[in-house]
Amino acid sequence: MGGATVAEMAEAPPDATRIAAEARDRVRFEEEALALSDQVFRVARHLAGSRDEAEDLVQETYARAFRSWRSFQPGTNLRAWLLRILTNLNIDRGRRRQRAPQTTPLEANDYYLYDKLAETDGSATDEERVVERLSQDDIVTALAAVPHDFRDVIVLVDIGDFSYQDAANILDIPIGTVMSRLHRGRRILKRELADSVLEDVT
Amino acid sequence: MKDPCAHCEEMMQPYLDHILTEAERLEAELHLDGCEWCRRRYRFEESLRVYVRQAVTETMSASLKQRLSALRIPLN
Repeated sequence: MGGATVAEMAEAPPDATRIAAEARDRVRFEEEALALSDQVFRVARHLAGSRDEAEDLVQETYARAFRSWRSFQPGTNLRAWLLRILTNLNIDRGRRRQRAPQTTPLEANDYYLYDKLAETDGSATDEERVVERLSQDDIVTALAAVPHDFRDVIVLVDIGDFSYQDAANILDIPIGTVMSRLHRGRRILKRELADSVLEDVT
Repeated sequence: MKDPCAHCEEMMQPYLDHILTEAERLEAELHLDGCEWCRRRYRFEESLRVYVRQAVTETMSASLKQRLSALRIPLN
């Protein structure tokens, strides 16, 4: 940005100074937001059903963010602010598209997945290796099978590294709800993973 | 008395989330130190977390990146 010198700014009418300062703030906001776009996309990709949907969501999020940049409070978490826009857009779309109420898949016990994996591989002694029997595709597919409400929380906390409090703010739900959805969501995810492993075996 | 391994299972996810109180954390670690059965499950749950966190997806396309930059409001 070219920008006026301090001397010129002092002479300029106060209005022009204000406009220049605002332009500077806006440019900084846009640059900081764009620098986060890879991280935003990564989370969006897990929240959305497809790559195309994720790209649409990210694009719409940035269009909205650039229009309403003034409502962002500098010094607060910009990544959480962007994700809040994105999850709202995603939830609106989901509701519009949802045909029948989603049934909640069965949850497994906390150790269900471990037990299933160990069972189908009698020689498993190294737990870090046991997990490697899952492919990255298994994870992505299983995650996509987890119902929205639960998946949103898992994606934000377990993949996006947001705190419970950030996830609560982003999704506009109480922190207790974040914790209970996370608890149930992780169990559903394990059940989905175990099912996909069992399918591979048979 | 409650089965210590069942109690450990209840504490496992909160332990991995680092939300146990100091006393609970010490209790969990004491049990894990002495119990191979729970320790195996702990190692599995921990590596599963890492694995899920790293769940790969395609990166953003170059064209989307360009479209995002184009959304910036021009200075006038």
